[in-house]
Amino acid sequence: MREALRDAMAEEMRRDEAVFVMGEDVAVFQGAFKVTEGLLEEFGERRVRDTPISENTIVGAGIGAAMNGLRPVVELMTVNFSLLALDQIVNHAAAIPYMFNGQAQVPMVIRMPGGGGHQLGPTHSHSFEALFLQVPGLLVACPSTPADGKALLKAAIRDPNPVIFIEHESLYGARGEVPDGDADEVPLRFGEAAVRREGADVTIIGVLKMAQVAEAAAVTLASEHGVEAEVIDPRTLRPLDLDTILASVRKTNRAVIVEEGWPHGGVGANLATLITEQAFDYLDAPVQRVTGADVHMPYSKRLEQAAIPHEEHIVSAALATLRGAA
Amino acid sequence: MPELPDAATCYQLLARMALIRRFEEEAGRQYQRARAGGFLHLAIGEEATIVGTTSVMREEDLLIGTYRTHGHAIARGTEPRRVMAELFGRVDGTSGGRGGSMHIFDAEKRFMGGYGIVGGNLPIAAGLALASQYKGEDSVTVCMFGDGASNTGNFGETMNLAALWKLPLFFLVENNLYGMGTAVERHSAQTDLSKKAEGYGITGTRVDGMDVCAVREGVAEGIRLAREEQRPTLLEAFTYRYRGHSAADPEVYREREEVEEWREKDPIETFARRCVEAGVLGEREVGQVREAADKEVEAAVEFAEASPEPPLERMYENLYARTEAGGWYAVDERSPEPHRGEREDEIPAAARELAEAGAAYAEQPAGERPNPATHGDAQEGVEPRVAAEREVADEPEQVQPEGGD
Repeated sequence: MREALRDAMAEEMRRDEAVFVMGEDVAVFQGAFKVTEGLLEEFGERRVRDTPISENTIVGAGIGAAMNGLRPVVELMTVNFSLLALDQIVNHAAAIPYMFNGQAQVPMVIRMPGGGGHQLGPTHSHSFEALFLQVPGLLVACPSTPADGKALLKAAIRDPNPVIFIEHESLYGARGEVPDGDADEVPLRFGEAAVRREGADVTIIGVLKMAQVAEAAAVTLASEHGVEAEVIDPRTLRPLDLDTILASVRKTNRAVIVEEGWPHGGVGANLATLITEQAFDYLDAPVQRVTGADVHMPYSKRLEQAAIPHEEHIVSAALATLRGAA
Repeated sequence: MPELPDAATCYQLLARMALIRRFEEEAGRQYQRARAGGFLHLAIGEEATIVGTTSVMREEDLLIGTYRTHGHAIARGTEPRRVMAELFGRVDGTSGGRGGSMHIFDAEKRFMGGYGIVGGNLPIAAGLALASQYKGEDSVTVCMFGDGASNTGNFGETMNLAALWKLPLFFLVENNLYGMGTAVERHSAQTDLSKKAEGYGITGTRVDGMDVCAVREGVAEGIRLAREEQRPTLLEAFTYRYRGHSAADPEVYREREEVEEWREKDPIETFARRCVEAGVLGEREVGQVREAADKEVEAAVEFAEASPEPPLERMYENLYARTEAGGWYAVDERSPEPHRGEREDEIPAAARELAEAGAAYAEQPAGERPNPATHGDAQEGVEPRVAAEREVADEPEQVQPEGGD
């Protein structure tokens, strides 16, 4: 995954002089998670910029640069640090195109890795997909495969809107086929969900890393329970490919939504509402959610793993939607 | 005292300052008439700082300011009638009625915005300057902010970044002695704000912000340093707003004598007097300037009154820039039918009905303007002459939304 993301940036930087990268330790240190490895060497200090630890100002500087003709890719070292930049993200990046009535655009990408699983504890393990999803004006991407990571990051860099690009720390090492393709092409548009596995019995929607966990759960459901689950990875939450989700739910009549974030006001809560509003008559069971625990991520490995959704949770939620079904 | 510029420039400076003064007075009046809503922050008394700054900027330079920037836009060349229309929330406003008083913007005049969050414009200014530097352009970004903003984290962060990256950026602190209602010596440990960024590598100087010529001199040097030597610096301009922080400010934090004292130094009066005494301008020209300002502002009000309300169909416009991406961008949960915000040309009927019901609130008799901050003590800041002009004195009726309980 990390190579796929780096290649996306490198290709776009070669293609467009206006694209540049900045963030804490992205240049000399090569990125806290080594995603920007090699960029400094190829593009130099003008286009690969180490910044001070000043999140709100890094994002704000990105906004100003974007308003003045550049296409910044800003890296925030982790999702948690984005909270220090929320003023610039919400009050400025998201609002500027609207509040100035289209006189200014903010074509910038704000990359940030998040998620739990590495015992990083309460301040370094957040999943804020829902937080950013709530803000009109922002686009939200959350790729789960290297191929999507590369395609979506290229699409994000070319998009005229501010994009929150959420990466999962546990996926950086993920391996997968990344189509070679023409570097000038963007193989994927925003707002197109992927159907990872087809099935007729229940729809499972997995966000970010949970798309992969959902796929594993689907295998278990098929082999051990004779249940064919359809697994959907929305890939972007804004714009949202609700059509694909609804078409699937209308077919399977059941839905499970899986995310790593908190339950209250989460992505699952939102999707469940949209499904209920749009496809209530097709539902044969209440929509199920599988979420992270409603706590701050504990450090202890045992507690941390207990706070993160696993395959077993998804299997039992899927079976719950089928209880009583013939 | 800095020398007067040539007669044509003096005329221009006086005309711009008088126009802004007249505009702001009228904006205050229209606020009391409930034509302008929300918060209204007037810059009456600060005209020399504004006009002195913009008058030495090049066309390609960028200006970014605060929530008190009607005058800044006008000084940059934005038509006053479009600023007035924005205050009225009308379609011909600078932001089509989306932004209001605190969010004036004019891309064409390189006025990069008024911002409602104190200190929020500083990082953006750094980015604007970074882009100029990156592209190899020699335009300078001028970032104006108040004394209060010097206490925000953005101040330190941006000063550091500007000095570190040698950005073509010039900072101007409009020190009007109060961060809202808190005096400088009560909100800043370092009261010499020109020194406040020194530790970050940004040196500063101070200037009489009531003297348009002095401001010009100080700003011109700051811009020169930014442009020619890639040295961002800071200028602290002492100025004063005669009116409250916003139109809803009872001004309990300062004495009337203090306001009177500053009025003695009025930037427009003193400059006009000096021009006449020096024989650069005649009394007749000074009179002309005032008449022209009266006329233009009168026309601005007429224009704003005549400008239509923004159509509901355009509520989602410019929320996103259009692309070929798929999916749903915005979801209107008031409607049983979802829609894609601006990607839909038609708002579904049900959403439209609800939007109209909501918009109907705006048609209610205004009465006394409720103060968003304190629920209705705006009258304390109201001058009697103006208060008498309020058109409707009735309390607004409580209206329940259809289907509400």
